[in-house]
Amino acid sequence: MKPKNQRLVLVSAALVAVLVAVLLAMWGLRSQASFFYTPADIAAGKAAEGAGARLGGMVEKGSIRRDADGVTIRFVLTDGKAQTPVIFRGIVPDLFREGSGAVAEGRMQGGTFVADTILAKHDERYMPPELGNLAAEHKAGKTLEQ
Amino acid sequence: MIAETGLAALWLAAGLAAYQFLLMILALRSSIEVARPMRAVAAVQGALTLLAFAMLLLVFARSDMSVALVFENSNSAKPFIYKVAGAWGNHEGSMLMWVTILAIAGAFVALFSRRTGERTLIAALGSQAVLALGFYAFLLIASNPFARLFPAPPDGQGLNPLLQDPGLAFHPPTLYLGYVGLSVAFSFAVGALLTDEVDARLARAMRPWVLGAWILLTLGITAGSYWAYYELGWGGYWFWDPVENASLMPWLAATALLHSINVLAARGALKAWTMMLAVIAFSMSMVGTFLVRSGILTSVHAFAIDPERGTFLLALLAIYVGAAFILFAWRGATLKEGAPFKLVSRESGLVVNNLLLSVILGIVFVGTLYPLFVEALSGEKLSVGAPYFNAVAGPLALVLAILVGIGPLLSWRRERRPILGRLKVPALLGASGLAITIILAPRIGILPRLGFAVAAFLAAASILPLVGRNPLRAPLATWGMVVAHFGVAVALTGMAANAAFSSERLAIAKPGETLSVGPWLVRLDGVTPTAGKNWTAIEGELRASRGEGAITLTPETRYYSDPPTSTNESAIRTFWNGQLYTVIGKQDPAGAWQLRLWWKPFVTLIWAGGALIAIGGALALLGRLLPYFRRRREPEWRRRYA
Repeated sequence: MKPKNQRLVLVSAALVAVLVAVLLAMWGLRSQASFFYTPADIAAGKAAEGAGARLGGMVEKGSIRRDADGVTIRFVLTDGKAQTPVIFRGIVPDLFREGSGAVAEGRMQGGTFVADTILAKHDERYMPPELGNLAAEHKAGKTLEQ
Repeated sequence: MIAETGLAALWLAAGLAAYQFLLMILALRSSIEVARPMRAVAAVQGALTLLAFAMLLLVFARSDMSVALVFENSNSAKPFIYKVAGAWGNHEGSMLMWVTILAIAGAFVALFSRRTGERTLIAALGSQAVLALGFYAFLLIASNPFARLFPAPPDGQGLNPLLQDPGLAFHPPTLYLGYVGLSVAFSFAVGALLTDEVDARLARAMRPWVLGAWILLTLGITAGSYWAYYELGWGGYWFWDPVENASLMPWLAATALLHSINVLAARGALKAWTMMLAVIAFSMSMVGTFLVRSGILTSVHAFAIDPERGTFLLALLAIYVGAAFILFAWRGATLKEGAPFKLVSRESGLVVNNLLLSVILGIVFVGTLYPLFVEALSGEKLSVGAPYFNAVAGPLALVLAILVGIGPLLSWRRERRPILGRLKVPALLGASGLAITIILAPRIGILPRLGFAVAAFLAAASILPLVGRNPLRAPLATWGMVVAHFGVAVALTGMAANAAFSSERLAIAKPGETLSVGPWLVRLDGVTPTAGKNWTAIEGELRASRGEGAITLTPETRYYSDPPTSTNESAIRTFWNGQLYTVIGKQDPAGAWQLRLWWKPFVTLIWAGGALIAIGGALALLGRLLPYFRRRREPEWRRRYA
């Protein structure tokens, strides 16, 4: 191969690689990106059944129930306009409390949000970023998710 | 006085960096004689930033609360080692550390590099000075680490307890050293593009820096992964968190660069390609720094929120990367391609390696930044996590791992021998690996199953370069390659085993009750309160056995007071065939405790593989540097400028 042709082949290979990366990424993002919703969004039917999603809100007062197995909890997240029931199996963060903010990662299943992970206000200064406008107490500062 | 000394040193260093840049412009426009003081200036600049950083360590060590940074990030009750580590566990301090490493790297290049032409070296030092100048401006204008508080408060606000951990104290410096090593490769590339001296000599000058940076990035990623594994208490070793991706992206680019630079050094080919990768690798370091430091992400490690800083970093990123790409577009097209090669050759193998790594890099890059773009453009919030990265990048990584086994067997320029014959044994092992997992573990997922097969193939194929010759006489660089590639197979085995065979148990237990996980029976003996220097905790006492003698594990939940936070301290016990991982949660009203137990067979191979990859890199680096030290003579700069 002449050096000039060789460069042509290399440049086209690089362009094809970029194209493949972008196409693969677009394909992956269409099916796998998970959107952030509030309970009002859920009530409006925005979240597709079974698709990965994040749900954020305040834990409604008096809503936390523990199942008999001791590790499954059910609670309600609210944004003041609507409520969504959530079920979670696992150890919740220490500062997961009634009346404070939390974000659940999981999916909607039959009207209930099934969470794989719960992120809660981790210390006095942290608030999940999506909840910034839900709670006036949120202040810029050190942030750490549990 | 200490803080003022540090600040003054920083201003002086900034002045010298500006002078260094000026010298480069003058030297490239007229004669290189103008740049005589260049090496000395770069060395002094390095020494001054080191002084400034030492002053910062000193104010932290002395808990001088009149310095705002100490007040905000330290506390006199903290253990001494974390007081010192606190110096870089915050925004200003970590940026000072960044520029310190950058300037010292520049000083090292100035003092010891004599493989490239003098003009290229001067241009590279000039480029390094511009990089440093941006960070000096950033520190002095937007984030002065030495700002005073008046009056001095009695005590500080503390350091986030998650960061109060030996792993994390030394994690950022390792990564920063890696990032900054790539800045030297970037500067060499920019210098060579300016002087039109892109050749094998340049590649040999760049190579130790790229190798060194890559080793440190590998270690940093491996250590960070283990930190997340034991500290977060979630049992996972990689979360595809944007901050993890911020260190993975420069690593992917550096891995590609590391391989293409060998083509340039050995064959003088892939010139434009390698220069492009050098620019991309440092761009990824800047992107990583921006993601972590700007507070644009709110994730496990991103602990700064301040739009001004983010904008400043973004501007620096745009200027550096933009200027380098313009330079590349201007000069890259005129680069003469080196020696030609055939379709089946070592060069082609390395091109394919580069292409696959670049595609994976692109996928990680898009997945990491996509949520930020969407939010900036439409205000809609979304997150991209493990399902995306595993599904899109996972299969490509497996294909790459297969090619890792084949590539090193090819010869330069043109492969005349049939190589498939040499791969019989590895192929057989891979196929039997597949068969064994299908028979013995029919229900595991497709990716872990293929992972086992590819790992078996690669483990055997990776040692072939040492077969058929006297291994003791093989060059160190070859040994390094073999060890690193074998490490990939080891890590892959660990990941596949973790995905396929981990067992998890989440339940409540009262003291005296027993839970089972995998082959283990774990009894909760009791729960006791305990305390450390700046925390209190509840500690569970677990007795675990699987037939033979019992062992004791003590997971904790710790409560810190300054700032008020709690962490789960997992208790992990390592055996030759896996790890038992235990976490204790809350007590329910009936008096039972939540326990989370994992049995993770062969999970440690993940980090052992990472360590092997780094050791392979270290062997290769040693192999490249040893001849250089043996031929050691009076440094050229000393002779020239004496």
